Amino acid sequence: MSMLNYMLRRLVQAIPVMLIIMVGTFLLLKLAPGDTVDALVGDMGGADPRFIERLRAEYGLDQPVLMQLWIYMTKLARFDFGWSFVHEQPVMTVLMDRLGTTLLLMISSLFFAVSIGSLLGAIAARKAYSLTDNIISTLGLVFYAMPSFFLGLMMIVLFSVKLGWLPVGGIQTIPSFYEGWDYVKDVALHLIMPTASLSLIYLALYMRLMRTSVLEVADLDYVRTARAKGAGEWRLMVHHIMRNALLPVVTLLGVQFSTILGGSVVVETVFSLPGLGELAYKAVIQRDMNMLMGIIFLSSIVVIVVNFLIDLLYARLDSRIELT
Amino acid sequence: MLKLSRWLAPSLLAGMVAGSAILPAIAADEEIKRGGTLFYHMVSEQRVLNPALRASNGVYEITGKIVEPLIDRTYDGYVGVLATEWSGTDDGKEITFKLREGVKWHDGKPFTCDDVSFTAMNFWKELLNYSSTLQANLEAVDCPDPHTAVFRYSRPMPLNLLVAAMPDLGHPLPKHLYEGTDLLQNPYNAAPVGTGPFKFVEYVRGQYVIAERNEDYWRGEEYPYLDRIVWRFITDRSAAAAALEAGEIQESGFNGISMADIARLSEDPRFDVGTKGYENNVAHSTIEFNHRNKALADVRVRRAIHHALDIDRAIETIMRGYAKPGRGPIPSAGGDNYTDDVRTYEYDPEKAKALLDEAGYKPDANGVRLRLRHRPAPWGEYTQLWAEYFAQSMREIGIEVTLLTNDAPGFLNGVYRDHDFDTANGWHQFRADPAVSTMVWLRSGAPVGTPWSNQFGYENPELDKMIDDAASELDPAKRAERYHEIQKLAMEELPVIFAIEHPFISVTSKTLKNHHNTPRWNSSSAYDLWMDQ
Repeated sequence: MSMLNYMLRRLVQAIPVMLIIMVGTFLLLKLAPGDTVDALVGDMGGADPRFIERLRAEYGLDQPVLMQLWIYMTKLARFDFGWSFVHEQPVMTVLMDRLGTTLLLMISSLFFAVSIGSLLGAIAARKAYSLTDNIISTLGLVFYAMPSFFLGLMMIVLFSVKLGWLPVGGIQTIPSFYEGWDYVKDVALHLIMPTASLSLIYLALYMRLMRTSVLEVADLDYVRTARAKGAGEWRLMVHHIMRNALLPVVTLLGVQFSTILGGSVVVETVFSLPGLGELAYKAVIQRDMNMLMGIIFLSSIVVIVVNFLIDLLYARLDSRIELT
Repeated sequence: MLKLSRWLAPSLLAGMVAGSAILPAIAADEEIKRGGTLFYHMVSEQRVLNPALRASNGVYEITGKIVEPLIDRTYDGYVGVLATEWSGTDDGKEITFKLREGVKWHDGKPFTCDDVSFTAMNFWKELLNYSSTLQANLEAVDCPDPHTAVFRYSRPMPLNLLVAAMPDLGHPLPKHLYEGTDLLQNPYNAAPVGTGPFKFVEYVRGQYVIAERNEDYWRGEEYPYLDRIVWRFITDRSAAAAALEAGEIQESGFNGISMADIARLSEDPRFDVGTKGYENNVAHSTIEFNHRNKALADVRVRRAIHHALDIDRAIETIMRGYAKPGRGPIPSAGGDNYTDDVRTYEYDPEKAKALLDEAGYKPDANGVRLRLRHRPAPWGEYTQLWAEYFAQSMREIGIEVTLLTNDAPGFLNGVYRDHDFDTANGWHQFRADPAVSTMVWLRSGAPVGTPWSNQFGYENPELDKMIDDAASELDPAKRAERYHEIQKLAMEELPVIFAIEHPFISVTSKTLKNHHNTPRWNSSSAYDLWMDQ
């Protein structure tokens, strides 16, 4: 019962947060010079004034800003994201098209980063100040310092241009008539380099964090007690140390789920992946208000949901934490 | 100067081809192979695939293969595509096109004058950018028979102006798919139906467009040679260069990759790199003045600025030799309307300083004569580097330039609507005829906020009159003479500095044959393109 209450309260709290985000973004975007018609005309390389006026009236951009905001918010309340004038499609359709790619990229990158990062971090901690530790730590530093676009391009040069093993970009071979497992394999091949370049920075972070955390936990009394009671090294590591050391890692995971969307902008652009990040970037450049608002709405929901799940996970990992 | 030959070679070749039709002879040496898929790089995505709704290179690069114009431009001049011949009456108010017979739309319906008439009145006159100005005086298009279209104008329309505009602004659409619909929301705007060598198949936004061979093409069943074209949208220029090298794409046009990569791949034996095939798409890198600024309203200051620009050096460093100095609003690719008999401004900082002294702008305690706020257009590598080069050159003669970097909407509003700049620079295209392109830079009276027009506060009634007279002059020889006069005056007065003219650059895999064999190749149909693989 208290669980249900807790969920309800979180839901109610989310509403004003969303409202502030949406109104704030809308007004912020209106502060940027120029509108979507200017951007369109810029893309086209010129147009005459009659054409421009007609477009502006058609898009409702001749209305006062507060009126535009009111129209937008009333539509949003009915979960109508509106029409993208840049894509000539409903915003919802475009978003749903793109969401899959981005989620796939985000989840695979985070999974890779957390699992390999934690593992390497734990190994480094157990062999602290040895050669293994130094190698892992140095690698981590290099990954962390390397901008993802550079890493992405370097991987393209090596694996696509020089070796010809992996495709340069895109999410699938075009025109491909793959079905079933062949299709899955094709998409997976296309995702290898994007996932690697997006996850390496995060991998380094998790690794450093895990290393510190394991080192800290390993000296605590209950670990010594467990060891005294005859727990094997493996059980000690997995059951006693890792589980407790994971708490800060999970915290970071929650925070990073939202920042990785930002990182995906760069990676999606370099690898021409049709995802949300690239869409968001273009929407800003093209002043595609409805699209951008839709993306922000969607990603704030994702972040709110993920934060909620992380809180639940906390309670599961550490039973001292209560959800109230 | 060595690299300037890259410019000269193609134009020389163009001259030879025009004279003796050498190109088909070269092609005949090799045995033409049928089949294959061309992968074509697109650096930006227009989303609209209707050349009668949006006049833009990014649209033509795709739709040019699917939807055909009445007339196209080749190295032998203007040749009919969907039109077979054209003529005008002496008063210039009627222009008649004979239309090709036996041509079918991709859905099997015949192409007739009704399609031309419908498209001209509803798209070319009403909706198509650039064209709505050109066709403003179009009253009606009559169809005395299904294969004759008579364009009637309320004011004289020079035949050679209309013909020159047709390759870009003369694409008919199938009336039966558009009539009675909301023209702007019509689904065929993103799924074009034309008469061209390739049939539209699929458009997946943000990823690709696919078109397949038209088995029933009017040029004969041997055309086109290719089976399929796939346009891939790759916005990251470095990734596109890598895709070229990996063989995943075979053609990248309109400077789709960075100049550094273009220079690198020009040394690579696997690629043809050059400006051939862009003679119809020449652009100028400009310096634009806000004449509302008292200093810039003084012609001596504008001349001083021109003298301080080392154009040859800019061409070598920024355009890597693929360009030449500008000679006013009409580029050398402008045909008879171009003249190089104009005043020029050699690089001479001392002369520039003397001119500034004369105009009364002496250095202050910090050595600064003038302070200017400059808006560079965000149209890619050239405009950005050219702006930095400008600022650097001005510093040498004591003019301090602050760069106000902005994105496209910011630039368009800052310059064309708010006039919030002292100087600006851009990249502006010449489109076959000065009347439909560069004259808008000089003619005053454009409503405030009109992008790509004279928003510089420059007003010269004499020049305005010359421009209007030239636009409606029917005799081609007299018309050319009038444009020479305009060009001379523009170089004398320098309302805008048309500093450098440059065609675009393509990087093309050598597996492609018959590529860039027309002056607007990337925008046209590629019906005779084949792949050696």
